[in-house]
Amino acid sequence: MIAALRARDERVFAELMRMYNASLLRVALIYVATRAVAEDVVQETWIGVLNGIDRFEGRSSLKTWIFRILTNIAKTRGQREGRTVPFSALERPDAVPEAAVDPDRFLPPDHERWPGHWASKPEPWPEERLLAAETRAVVERAIDQLPPAQRAVISLRDIEGWSSEEARNALGISETNQRVLLHRARSKVRQALEDYLVEAR
Amino acid sequence: MSTSIEQLSCQELVELVTDYLEGALPDRERDSFEHHIDRCAGCHEYFRQMRETIELTGSLTVADVGPQAEAALLAAFRDWKNR
Repeated sequence: MIAALRARDERVFAELMRMYNASLLRVALIYVATRAVAEDVVQETWIGVLNGIDRFEGRSSLKTWIFRILTNIAKTRGQREGRTVPFSALERPDAVPEAAVDPDRFLPPDHERWPGHWASKPEPWPEERLLAAETRAVVERAIDQLPPAQRAVISLRDIEGWSSEEARNALGISETNQRVLLHRARSKVRQALEDYLVEAR
Repeated sequence: MSTSIEQLSCQELVELVTDYLEGALPDRERDSFEHHIDRCAGCHEYFRQMRETIELTGSLTVADVGPQAEAALLAAFRDWKNR
C-alpha cells in the first residue's frame, strides 16, 4: 500500500480515504469544536499524508502514522480556535469519576445484608426488538451524544473493530485510559438501550 | 468459605465489565467476576446486556465523509501527483 501510494496510485489513495475518513473525523472532533473544522482537518491530514509519504520510514504502521498526522493538525487547529485541548478527557479520564450505572439502583453501602447489590435489577430485553432498525438508531444517537473522547474510542473499537493497541496508538493514550473511556461509552449506550427497550414496553 | 458474591458487590461488578472483556483483570478478580455473574441474576443480565450493546454497536455502518469531500481530496491527489 505504501509503495502504491508512493507510485501515485489514485485507486489506493481513494481506498485509504474510504477506510479511514470516518474515524479520522471522529478523532478530529476530540480537538476541534465543529464538524466543518474537523472536515478541514481531515482534508489537511490527507494532504500531509501525500506530502510525507516519500519520507515515511515505516517505523509505525501506516494507519498509526496517518492518525498521528491528524492529531497534530487537529491539536494545532484546536489551539488556534482558542479551544483548550481536553487533556483531562484523554489523559486523565479518572479525574472525574463516572458511574456505569446510576448509584440509586443499588442498595446503600450501609445496607445490613446486601450493600451495593441491585435494588432495581436490569430487566431482560425483548430479543425481537433488539434487531429493529429503530433500536440501532437509539445506539447511534447515544454515541453521538457522548463526550468526544468517549465517542472516538467506542467508534474505533466497537464500530470499526480496531484492536485496543490500534486505538491507543491512534489516540496517543495509555491502555488504561483507553479502557476507561471505552467502558464509560459502552455503559452509556447500554443505559440508552435500557431506557428505550424497557420503558417503551 | 464465604462466597465471592459477597466479596464483589454488584455495584463494583458493573465497573469491571470492560476490564473483564479486555482480559485486563488479574486471575483472582476474574474468578470472582465469573463466579458472581454465575450466581447473581441481576449481574448475569447486566453482563449479557453489555455484550448485546457491543454487538449492536458493531452492526452500525461507518458514516461517510460525503462525496464532496472525497472529490476535493481526489482533486488534491491529482495536483500532488502531477507536481
